[in-house]
Amino acid sequence: MSKTIQVINFMGLRKLAVIFSALLILVSVVSLMVKGLELGVDFTGGTVMEMTYPGAVEPSDVRATLQDAGYEDFTVQHFGSIDKILVRMAPQEAETQKDLIAKDAKSDTKAQLSNNILDSLQAKTAGVTMDRVEFVGPQIGEELREKGGLAMLYALAGILIYVALRFEFRFSVGAIVALMHDVIITLGFFSITGLEFDLTVLAAILAIIGYSLNDTIVVYDRIRENFRILRKQEPEGVLNTSINNTLARTLVTSLTTLLVLVALFIFGGESVHAFSIAMIVGVLVGTYSSIYVASSSLLMLGVTKESLLPPEKEAEDADELADLP
Amino acid sequence: MNRYPLWKYLIIGLVALVGLIYASPILFPSDHAVQVSPAGKNTLTEATVKTIETRLAEEGLAIKKMETAEDQLLIRFAGSETQLKASKVIREAIGEEDYITALNLAPTTPAWLRSLNAKPMYMGLDLRGGVHFLMEVDMDTAIKKAMNNYKDAIRDVLIKKKIRYLGVSVKDQHLEVKFKDAESAESGQRAIAKMATGELDFSTQETAKGVTLIASLKESTLVEKKRFALQQNITTLRNRVNELGVSEPVIQQQGLERIIVQLPGIQDTGRAKQILGATATLEFRKVDVTSSAVDAARSGQIPRGTKLFQDADGNPVLLRREVIIAGEQVTSAAAGFDAQSNSPSVNLRLDGKGSKRMFEFTTANVQQFMGVVYIETKIRTENVDGELVRKKVEKKKVINQAQIREPFGKSFQITGLDSPAEAHNLALLLRAGALAAPVYIVEERTVGPSLGQANIDAGFKSVVLGFVLVLIFMAVYYKVFGLVANLALALNLVLIVAVLSMLQATLTLPGIAGIVLTVGMAVDANVLIYERIREEIRNGLSPQAAINSGYGKALSTIADANITTLIAAVVLYAFGTGPIKGFAIVLAIGIMSSMFTSIMGTRSIINLIYGNRKVSKLHI
Repeated sequence: MSKTIQVINFMGLRKLAVIFSALLILVSVVSLMVKGLELGVDFTGGTVMEMTYPGAVEPSDVRATLQDAGYEDFTVQHFGSIDKILVRMAPQEAETQKDLIAKDAKSDTKAQLSNNILDSLQAKTAGVTMDRVEFVGPQIGEELREKGGLAMLYALAGILIYVALRFEFRFSVGAIVALMHDVIITLGFFSITGLEFDLTVLAAILAIIGYSLNDTIVVYDRIRENFRILRKQEPEGVLNTSINNTLARTLVTSLTTLLVLVALFIFGGESVHAFSIAMIVGVLVGTYSSIYVASSSLLMLGVTKESLLPPEKEAEDADELADLP
Repeated sequence: MNRYPLWKYLIIGLVALVGLIYASPILFPSDHAVQVSPAGKNTLTEATVKTIETRLAEEGLAIKKMETAEDQLLIRFAGSETQLKASKVIREAIGEEDYITALNLAPTTPAWLRSLNAKPMYMGLDLRGGVHFLMEVDMDTAIKKAMNNYKDAIRDVLIKKKIRYLGVSVKDQHLEVKFKDAESAESGQRAIAKMATGELDFSTQETAKGVTLIASLKESTLVEKKRFALQQNITTLRNRVNELGVSEPVIQQQGLERIIVQLPGIQDTGRAKQILGATATLEFRKVDVTSSAVDAARSGQIPRGTKLFQDADGNPVLLRREVIIAGEQVTSAAAGFDAQSNSPSVNLRLDGKGSKRMFEFTTANVQQFMGVVYIETKIRTENVDGELVRKKVEKKKVINQAQIREPFGKSFQITGLDSPAEAHNLALLLRAGALAAPVYIVEERTVGPSLGQANIDAGFKSVVLGFVLVLIFMAVYYKVFGLVANLALALNLVLIVAVLSMLQATLTLPGIAGIVLTVGMAVDANVLIYERIREEIRNGLSPQAAINSGYGKALSTIADANITTLIAAVVLYAFGTGPIKGFAIVLAIGIMSSMFTSIMGTRSIINLIYGNRKVSKLHI
């Protein structure tokens, strides 16, 4: 067998890995509970405007202009360069369904908000142009939050079923544990750093689910194969061999993926920044988890070679035993 | 060993060829163009074309190419900035009444590609610039209106049947009819149920003062009403978007209560909002035939008690001042066919109040003519002496005049229409005017054209850089095999672009991110295979056997790993909106095409290089 390559005793380190992962998850969960996520306009509702000034502009001037025009509850900041300004308006108050119906005209002004703001700013400085507007009604934001959560649950459920069918229930649980681990830590990263969590980040999280699983499945596939070949070895040894077998692949694929993500991060522009950061964190954590978390959980769940042998084969074995005198 | 049958090479060659053909339109970037098309019954005249040409020349705006096709003028420009300026100049030169001036992206693909139906990828709004609105139909109001209609009808039927009741009121989404005792409540329910033809559910409640009958819409009726309200709004929005002059608008139903409106290339979002937010209504009035409308229009002397209107063709029409019924009294309007007159017709139904008034009017005016006026109200913000003033602008048009053959009430027909198309249009307008439910914008995403272009550039750069980095890495790490994987990766990229172009799926910035990500992940299958081959060689297998076993053993792993990613992509598609859907589509296409290129594609080349000969060492 593959004695020629150096075997790293990953499973021997698993206690350390468990502590490390538990710590990361604890920090993430605490931060998510205490600090929460910096949800973007997609989820909170509100208006975001990106504008270009003909020359350099100070956010404080823009702030003053908007305050004079009677706007409240907004933030102004530079965006990318000194002539670009990003204005965020909190969702305008009292926007339950009933209010909207009662005050039809009011809802009209809400959608008009971005145009009115542009008018105010143009009145002060000629030549301001609007690059981007995102207006999301609070209801829509709420729905997206709900849908996003549901999407994650459905993705996890679909994967759980597929893995259970292809492998075995314990593998499925192991894979989900690894996935939750990756998702929670990536979310925790966003919570701790205070980076904005918008729809693209949610998409990244779902892509991470796909990616991390991809990694885990490759290792699991090898574990299944090795359980059949290395019949004499203890589960721990089989797992170790399998991880070592797939290690080069795990690292190479993570590396190529990270290469393109870095390219995306550098050149992709502001609107995919959060996406690429989320993916980079996810790929790093996912690589780690497919080595340590996914396999350690298999051991904890008490996986043995019997759990993987196809049932027909077991029946045959039983027959052979019965034939013995 | 390691030889492929000819047919496999043929398949791979064919896929690569088709992929290259359908991906090739990407090499011909679309021109920024302005499209001028005549509105209504106008035609495009030589003079107009000349005017446009001279005005553009005066402004120093260079035309790249100008062509007329099917009574439309298409003027191509070198860049989006010229295009924007030109569209403004043209609009000012020829006005907005007679011509629709729209921004457009005109394809530059050669004719032979177009004849193969090879089109460039469809760019999402975040790449080409434009507005995305999500509009919500106010269903609560629609239901309330329906309940109000019932309120009148219930009163009528109870009085007619001489059933004593204490009162009828609309409560939120249901009706309450109060009776003195259970007996009258029961006969009341029977009478109302008969009148409502199975649209209502009933329950009773005993109170201190008597019995309250609670009537609410049946679930099926509720869905029907909602669908009707939504359809009405989609029709109205479609008419208004046409007025905005957008070249490829999207108006789409989303769920039961929402409508997506996408307007590529729109600059003035304020105007778009005002036009979309306009409200329409109808007025039924008697046609005045005692004096000549043409004379009145010419002299400006309008006879007493009448008002001057115009019909759809611009001819003057005199109508009486009194309004018989208004749009909100129309409960349905549908195009049909009248067997008696053997002509297309529109069938209308009125609510209780409307049918009573209509019956009174038609009884007294048999043989007279009745006209339908379509009124559209817009709020326009205008700059008056530096102050922004909101002005209400009304546009009125007589959409139909018909003779009253006999008295009618609740339902009637407009017949004698020229074509089924006309009947259809009239029904649409009548429904639009009877708008049961207002719409409002619940989401807006606007991307300016310069940001769109910047997004394209950024996306392009990151795809190229990511691609090149992966190419270099693979070539260095896997040598000959790496170069083969790189070929497969390039083909994969071509296939993704080809499939996206063929499906005309929308490419968005997240979609480009998806392409980049796929580039990174697509090599995974090859990495799996190659690592396996290396391992087999270490295990002492001969090069040929190692290749064979490497490909064979990696296959199930690749399939498992990719199917799970595919599950995530499908979920993403099902739950995502706009741009995110684009990401999911690219991810799914990328996974599938990478399976093909990195398993079959690389194997075929590896077989060509190493197959059927003696190999002592593999360059891997």
